[in-house]
Amino acid sequence: MICLGIIYDRLRWEEKELSKSADARGLDVNRVDAKTISLDSDWSSTDTQDKFGNIVLQRCISYFRGLHTTAFLESKGLKVINSMDVALTCGNKLLTTLKLEKANVPTPRTLFSFTAEGAIESLQTIGYPAVLKPVTGSWGRMVVKLNDKETAQAMIEMRSKIEGPLNQIFYIQEMVDRPPRDIRTIVAGDKIVASIYRHASPGEWRTNVSIGGKGDICKVTSELEDVVLRAADTVGGGLLGVDAMESENGILIHEINNTVEFKGAASVCGVDIANEIISYILAQNRR
Amino acid sequence: MPDDVVVGEIITCPDCGSDFEIFSIHKKEIEIKPAETVGEDWGE
Repeated sequence: MICLGIIYDRLRWEEKELSKSADARGLDVNRVDAKTISLDSDWSSTDTQDKFGNIVLQRCISYFRGLHTTAFLESKGLKVINSMDVALTCGNKLLTTLKLEKANVPTPRTLFSFTAEGAIESLQTIGYPAVLKPVTGSWGRMVVKLNDKETAQAMIEMRSKIEGPLNQIFYIQEMVDRPPRDIRTIVAGDKIVASIYRHASPGEWRTNVSIGGKGDICKVTSELEDVVLRAADTVGGGLLGVDAMESENGILIHEINNTVEFKGAASVCGVDIANEIISYILAQNRR
Repeated sequence: MPDDVVVGEIITCPDCGSDFEIFSIHKKEIEIKPAETVGEDWGE
């Protein structure tokens, strides 16, 4: 029997659904709390498989915790979905942007600075309004629309005072003229599993479901399919949530999530996303 | 407490709004501990 390890640090609805689907498909499920593990460099590949499973689904919310546990497991020869390279890229917006740009996948223009002074310089270049984002994190947290220089100076100063090296990386993106919605597409390998619009709630420009955004079925056009699958492939493929915007120049990819949440998409689309993910994992295990 | 609650799941206290993690389940006895607070690197 195949043992699927699911590594988590906060058990969400998604991890429970994945466990149920895997169980229903006859897999042995081993849920591992990453907060409690102690990894030993002396372990053999067999030792590691015994503790985690034959194939591992990485579902940690903490970017660095997930990244480093994946690095360990891959070093012991285990197949981890998603891979460390994919996680490294997708968990960092700067690295994602660079990969998309290099592969000519349409993405918003973005400037990067590493001091408050540099950030103000970036804003003078890109103009107002602009969007300031942290390089790590999700759910719209600390994503700020900067309407003018006065607001920008205040926000940049506040950000620069927050401790931690990541807060000294200023990721400043053009404000794309788009409808008050974006598109979340869930991809498994080269297959689109589900796609939804995320409508911003009244008085809010951010579309994240966690801050009130509402889901609605999105018909996958040939353009959306092409751009989304190219974006997924560019970051290394796997199980991904690709976020797109509809600009006047076409679809733009602005974020790719590698431990994608899908409760909202599942309820809107009526697709058994957890089961689709398990199918993808089983296909990967046969490779 | 939901019937299908499992170890690792987060529950929110309806009175104070604090998050707790299910630490262990033994028959009808459920142990909880304060959940981790949101980290700078948390995301999907």
